[in-house]
Amino acid sequence: MASNHTIVTEPHILFGKLTLDSIPYHDPILVTTFIVVLIGSLGIVGSVIYFGKLKYLWDEWITSVDHKKIGIMYIITALIMMLRGFSDALLMRSQQAIAVADSSGAGYLPPEHYDQIFTAHGVIMIFFVAMPFIVGLMNIVVPLQIGARDVAFPFLNSLSFWLFVVGALMLNISLFLGEFAATGWLAYPPLSGLEYSPWVGVDYWLWALQISGIGTLLTGVNFVVTILRMRAPGMKLMQMPVFTWTSLCANVLIVAAFPILTVSLTLLTLDRYIGTHFFTGDMGGNQMMYVNLIWAWGHPEVYILILPAFGIFSEVTATFSRKRLFGYTALIWATACIMLLSFVVWLHHFFTMGAGASVNAFFGIATMIISIPTGVKLFNWLFTMYRGQVEYSSPMWWTVAFFLTFAIGGATGVMLAIPAANFVLHNSLFLVAHFHNVIIGGALFGYFAGFTYWFPKATGFMLDEKLGKWACSLWTVGFFLAFMPLYVLGFMGMTRRLNYYDNPVWNAWLIVAACGALIVLCGILVQLYQIFASIRDQRKNRDHSGDPWGGRTLEWSTSSPPPFYNFAHLPQVRDRDHWHDMKENGLAWQRPEAYQRIHMPRNTWAGVVISGFAMMMGFAMVWHIWWMAALGTAGMIASWIIHAFLNDKDYYVEADEVQAIEDQRYRRLEAADDRVEEADVVTISV
Amino acid sequence: MSLNTALPAPPPGFTGYLAEEHHHDYGGDTVFGFWIYILSDCILFATLFAVFAVLQGNYAGTIEAVDLVELDYVLGETALLLLSSFTFGMAMLAANANSMKGLLGWLGITWLLGGGFLVMEVNEFIHFTHEGAAAWSSGAWSAFYGLIGTHGLHVFAGMMWMLVLGALLLRDGLTAHNRVRLMCLSLFWHFLDIIWICVFSFVYLMGVL
Repeated sequence: MASNHTIVTEPHILFGKLTLDSIPYHDPILVTTFIVVLIGSLGIVGSVIYFGKLKYLWDEWITSVDHKKIGIMYIITALIMMLRGFSDALLMRSQQAIAVADSSGAGYLPPEHYDQIFTAHGVIMIFFVAMPFIVGLMNIVVPLQIGARDVAFPFLNSLSFWLFVVGALMLNISLFLGEFAATGWLAYPPLSGLEYSPWVGVDYWLWALQISGIGTLLTGVNFVVTILRMRAPGMKLMQMPVFTWTSLCANVLIVAAFPILTVSLTLLTLDRYIGTHFFTGDMGGNQMMYVNLIWAWGHPEVYILILPAFGIFSEVTATFSRKRLFGYTALIWATACIMLLSFVVWLHHFFTMGAGASVNAFFGIATMIISIPTGVKLFNWLFTMYRGQVEYSSPMWWTVAFFLTFAIGGATGVMLAIPAANFVLHNSLFLVAHFHNVIIGGALFGYFAGFTYWFPKATGFMLDEKLGKWACSLWTVGFFLAFMPLYVLGFMGMTRRLNYYDNPVWNAWLIVAACGALIVLCGILVQLYQIFASIRDQRKNRDHSGDPWGGRTLEWSTSSPPPFYNFAHLPQVRDRDHWHDMKENGLAWQRPEAYQRIHMPRNTWAGVVISGFAMMMGFAMVWHIWWMAALGTAGMIASWIIHAFLNDKDYYVEADEVQAIEDQRYRRLEAADDRVEEADVVTISV
Repeated sequence: MSLNTALPAPPPGFTGYLAEEHHHDYGGDTVFGFWIYILSDCILFATLFAVFAVLQGNYAGTIEAVDLVELDYVLGETALLLLSSFTFGMAMLAANANSMKGLLGWLGITWLLGGGFLVMEVNEFIHFTHEGAAAWSSGAWSAFYGLIGTHGLHVFAGMMWMLVLGALLLRDGLTAHNRVRLMCLSLFWHFLDIIWICVFSFVYLMGVL
């Protein structure tokens, strides 16, 4: 921890600032965690080698450019990181439940540790859970929904994923080597400047986000091009599935907003490394400029997370109401409005900065306006359900849980948008409750709905429905119990990020909140068991038809999991709900007469190798090991150039190979049909 | 009309899929993607210009740009870079005429002009730093170096790219792949020119006049 290490001011030529002191071996919690992680990792690596799966992993996953596999890897990483981020949440909730002056004193977490925990929690949940979760879902679903065989730039897609992994790895390394930032998730200067954060925590933060942020920017470019140029013939813009539309808007936001993050991080890096005065308190620096810049990225980021979730709810609601989506056009326009408005509300994150009444009024009103298109969407979903034959499957449970939760989160958001009220509520637990309300109840519930909905598409078998409903119930109850008390505490004047407090009245509410967190924990455990049980019972849960929910859009027209080329023949689209249209007209599951060869990209080592060098560079920069940073940079450039010189990047899948794969699919379909008929007979006789 | 009504029956022969594989323009994807990347780079520079606008007066007692900048010198830099845009245009014309010799020749001249620009810029940086206007001197100078240095790094990257592309051209000739790469590099190079015109106007001209 920060109090026990020596800060090396003159970096060693070989080891930089790295010394034996950098390992927190005096902290029993961290040492135990490290041993568990070490044994776990060695166990995984060992078993991979023991079972001879190393080559399989390398050939089929690590070097893969298949958007479906990359999507699955994104989501696995997101779920693992969610466990870490949630452990941080449990630590904070338990600390605050006991750290009241008149009982046990200061709790069990010292301030410098607690500060790192709430920083890591925020950074992990936004950058390494929410982002990869939604990017993973986009990867799996978008190319299928638009009838494409892959994304526009498959190599860049693999590179994006591995750069993101580098960021996640660096964040986890900081746990066992050095420290993480103790500044809050956006690391405002001057606290994040060299004077107040002299060691490596902020540097870990900077390089982890910079490297994974570049990956995200590449993803944004990739998906904008994919959606705009690779749609199946006939699919007009206003015939794209809603999830594809919201993904397009989110990726436009990535392209437009992430460069601002790149610049903000770079300038703070320069302040810390070469002593520039962008954000310093002296010599003409401007700290508030950092806060403006980081939120000019940060607010669009919120919509990058939530817009695709809105898309998921639209798909789920239409499918399970057995109806065409109500007000498709209005919903698309609402999405586009939110996309634009998201760039003119950033100042509401710091009304108290003192920009003046007129500026605050402008941003307050702009913020309230943004709730209008959001409200439009809610009515779209409600009217889709109205007079529909609503089937309450577990994705629909998450959707309804979202309606309830998000309505409250939206309302408290409008309250916070009133500058006068905001002066009271700023940085209070009311704010913490509000953004958890919209991010958990909005974005995360949407991702879980999408995860359940598209799980059979990605894997070929369904998640257990009953356990899914249990998980949704526990999450919802746990959420309300954990966060409604925080609204109350906000009104009672409790500020965020407190390690310790002396007001005994708050204690009871914080104990309730801790109980809520434990119920959420039960929800997460049920989800883990659900995944385990569904994999165990996959023979029973198998999705033979490729269309287990009675879906309406293109992704359900291919098999589950889809062949690596997605579609043997590219779809010819004439309707928004193309698959529904085909089913209505008896065209679905019809066997084509002949197959043709298909053009596909080859797997490449370049993404993972370039990212490996990026990891070397980032780690070396954190610890000021200059030779290694130079080596990492040179390695990145060299491997990129070598990749550019390779000619053999694509190939043709021959028609007979396609035929063989498709033959299998139709055999499976026939076998499934027989079973369905038998089942029907049984049902009728009952 | 109910919202749930299906479309009119499909025309005869409609199967919902394409029987023939159609040709996809991968090169077009790449050029379009590069345009999107350039848009994001525009925002990167816009942010740096905004930072410059906020900090430009914050000299905090250090020497000011008015006392340091020689417009003639900057005009020389500008001329080199603008000329290099012209020569890159000539390189593209040579490529369209399938003249490998012309292409490599004009690219070589472009590279030298870009190199000349960079040498002049670095020279200016060293001179300014000696005069007490270093990147770490004050907020105004940090913003100056941040903006112009980022542009210079882009020019440097463009020159490295030119070398790699030159080698690819020598190995493979004017293939479709290499034409797409050439197109992207040309977009990049002209884009840097446009940014420089903004730098020249907002940083140098407005800073000195």
